[in-house]
Amino acid sequence: MSKLSEKGSLQAEPAEQLQLEQILDESQQIQGVSLWQDAWRRLKRNRVAYRSMHVLIGLALLAILTPLIPLQSPIDKDLNDRQFLPPTMASSSMGSRAGLKFSEGRLTTQLQAVESQIAALEIELGTLSTEEARNQIEQSIKQKRVVGHPFNQLWHNLGPVSWTMCRLRVAVFGDYAIPSICGTDQLGRDVLSRIMWGARVSLTVGIVATLVSLIIGVSYGAIAGYFGGWIDAVMMRIVDTLYSVPFIFVVIFIMTFLGEDSVKKRLEQFGINQLTVFYLIIGAIYWLTMSRVVRGQVLSLKNEQFVEAARTIGASPARIVFRHLVPNVLGVVIVYLTLTIPAVMLFEAFLSFLGLGVSPPDVSWGLLLKDGVDALSSVKLFWWMVVFPGAALALTLFALNFLGDGLRDALDPKMKNKD
Amino acid sequence: MSDVLSFIGKRLLWMVATLWLVYTISFVLMRLAPGGPFSSERKVPPAIERQMEARYNLDGSYVEQYFDYLGGIVTRGDLGWSLRLEDYSVNEVIAQGLPVSASLAVFALIFAIVLGVTAGVISAVYRGTIADTSMMIAAVVGIAVPNFVLASVAILLFVFGLNIFPAAGWGTLKQVLLPAICLGAPVAAYIARLARTGMLESLSREHVRTAIAKGLPKSAVIFKHVLPGAMLPVVSYLGPATARVLTGSLVLEQIFALPGIGSHFINAALQRDYTLAMGMVLTYTVILFVMNSIVDLSYAIIDPRVKLQ
Repeated sequence: MSKLSEKGSLQAEPAEQLQLEQILDESQQIQGVSLWQDAWRRLKRNRVAYRSMHVLIGLALLAILTPLIPLQSPIDKDLNDRQFLPPTMASSSMGSRAGLKFSEGRLTTQLQAVESQIAALEIELGTLSTEEARNQIEQSIKQKRVVGHPFNQLWHNLGPVSWTMCRLRVAVFGDYAIPSICGTDQLGRDVLSRIMWGARVSLTVGIVATLVSLIIGVSYGAIAGYFGGWIDAVMMRIVDTLYSVPFIFVVIFIMTFLGEDSVKKRLEQFGINQLTVFYLIIGAIYWLTMSRVVRGQVLSLKNEQFVEAARTIGASPARIVFRHLVPNVLGVVIVYLTLTIPAVMLFEAFLSFLGLGVSPPDVSWGLLLKDGVDALSSVKLFWWMVVFPGAALALTLFALNFLGDGLRDALDPKMKNKD
Repeated sequence: MSDVLSFIGKRLLWMVATLWLVYTISFVLMRLAPGGPFSSERKVPPAIERQMEARYNLDGSYVEQYFDYLGGIVTRGDLGWSLRLEDYSVNEVIAQGLPVSASLAVFALIFAIVLGVTAGVISAVYRGTIADTSMMIAAVVGIAVPNFVLASVAILLFVFGLNIFPAAGWGTLKQVLLPAICLGAPVAAYIARLARTGMLESLSREHVRTAIAKGLPKSAVIFKHVLPGAMLPVVSYLGPATARVLTGSLVLEQIFALPGIGSHFINAALQRDYTLAMGMVLTYTVILFVMNSIVDLSYAIIDPRVKLQ
């Protein structure tokens, strides 16, 4: 009965139905703007921050693709006539240094020669039957691959991916290498290529250490904030105490132990090198502020009305935490991340300057700056050794700072729908 | 008043707890390090080695050493003997180096506060002008350039280029000035940004509008009504600023060849002079803790809304 009357009324007023449909259409046109879309839109409008983001993405890409770029060798020393060369456009080619004893002074021919030797040895290996002879051949193949290989003379400690990328680069560019447009250093190495290889280490230190601090800080802060009560009180008191510990000095203390040869050897048995420990230690001291920030956020959010509302309509605790609490905390965390990375990178530079950070033949921006500062003297101005690495570091830090400021404005919910 | 006293008392207790924590960490690290301090030296007869170990308190179990050393520090304030500097106790090294480092840090902090606050106030009052933009760009540069690069360039420029400052040495005001400026510059940059933000926020407050509306001269408004409120973030930054200055002094004392505890600490760390390094870490902890407490205290005095706890 009632159904009938409803139908009747709908049919009776087609004008109203039309209007309803129109409203429906309109409401479907309107799209909800999520917190992130809104933030993204505001970030795009902030031109400096947006540019900074592009700069950072470009830098990261360059650092990842460094082995593909036709750079000179970052570690091959030339003490005869390439020390302290000012920036030059004179062309250079890989493997041309006489001391390398590459055949024809070219990387490509040497690579071919070594590889054909290895191939010949492998064929020989197949024909041999006695265990002893096989072992001997296997030894010499290994020797050719590791010590005699031209790549190991021009680069240090290439991983499998970088190795493949280097091969690709040789296949594409042959012996061509970008001239020393940033000059050479005190040992005749190309500064440009050292900056690019150093970027990999410096950026990795910044990112990995910050991620370590993120993991510790967010979980610590979230636990303290979520449980509240005496757990919160105890955990935060610990943080307060740790704040007064001059960690930089403790880190220096720790780094000196790790520098000890026997400790180094023992760590290497576990497959840990000094750099890994370095990341972990830096990460482990930068989590304090992060945990405070996250705890404060969680504390203020868990009694908010939108959480209450979600609970009322029957959302599970997991959904509340991941769908409602975490995204709200994430904004602050991201902002804090972009501001922690520069601090960590400066700290790396600082430790490398004191000779306690990255050690050669690894290279980082801090180490390059140390070399540059050591080479600064009033007698002769080797400015390129300071200016270029310094500019690279400063540019990265600028971009991170501006991006952090921009993100803070963009993710601030108070600014929502304002501009 | 009793508020303040109980605050100071509580802080002292916390400082003792923190120092004990730092001492324990350092002690464990020191003993974890392989080999005794004398194992790398040329071999001495066992009897003499025993005597040396007795003098440096290395005989006995680790637990005994831990409490002996702790007891020495607590009862006599004795941090033991330096392992590398001939015939120096750690206390003597600190007594010699601390005045140098302290005066350097104080000069740097004063410079940073004066320059930072001035720049921040000017750029907030003249917001949007060329002065504002250029000062804020300078502030970002100051934050992004490592201390040691700044110092090296400054030496090149002012010592060798313009001959304004002496190259090295310690004692006269002129010799303190350049390292202190280099040390204070990044802190000044940070303070300038904080002061500017604080000023802008406080300029938009209603009591400031009232002050302007009733016709007070601009300088009176800024100095009496805006500045005090704007200084709160700067004051709360002074604790971290001290930590930063102390850290920076490690590098700068090295570059300018100053005989402060910073350069001693680095040398101690590099040469594995464990007792000296531990003494330095404890000293730095005390300095940092005292500075943080002073900042908290002054914060409560400036801002009546803040309660001490």
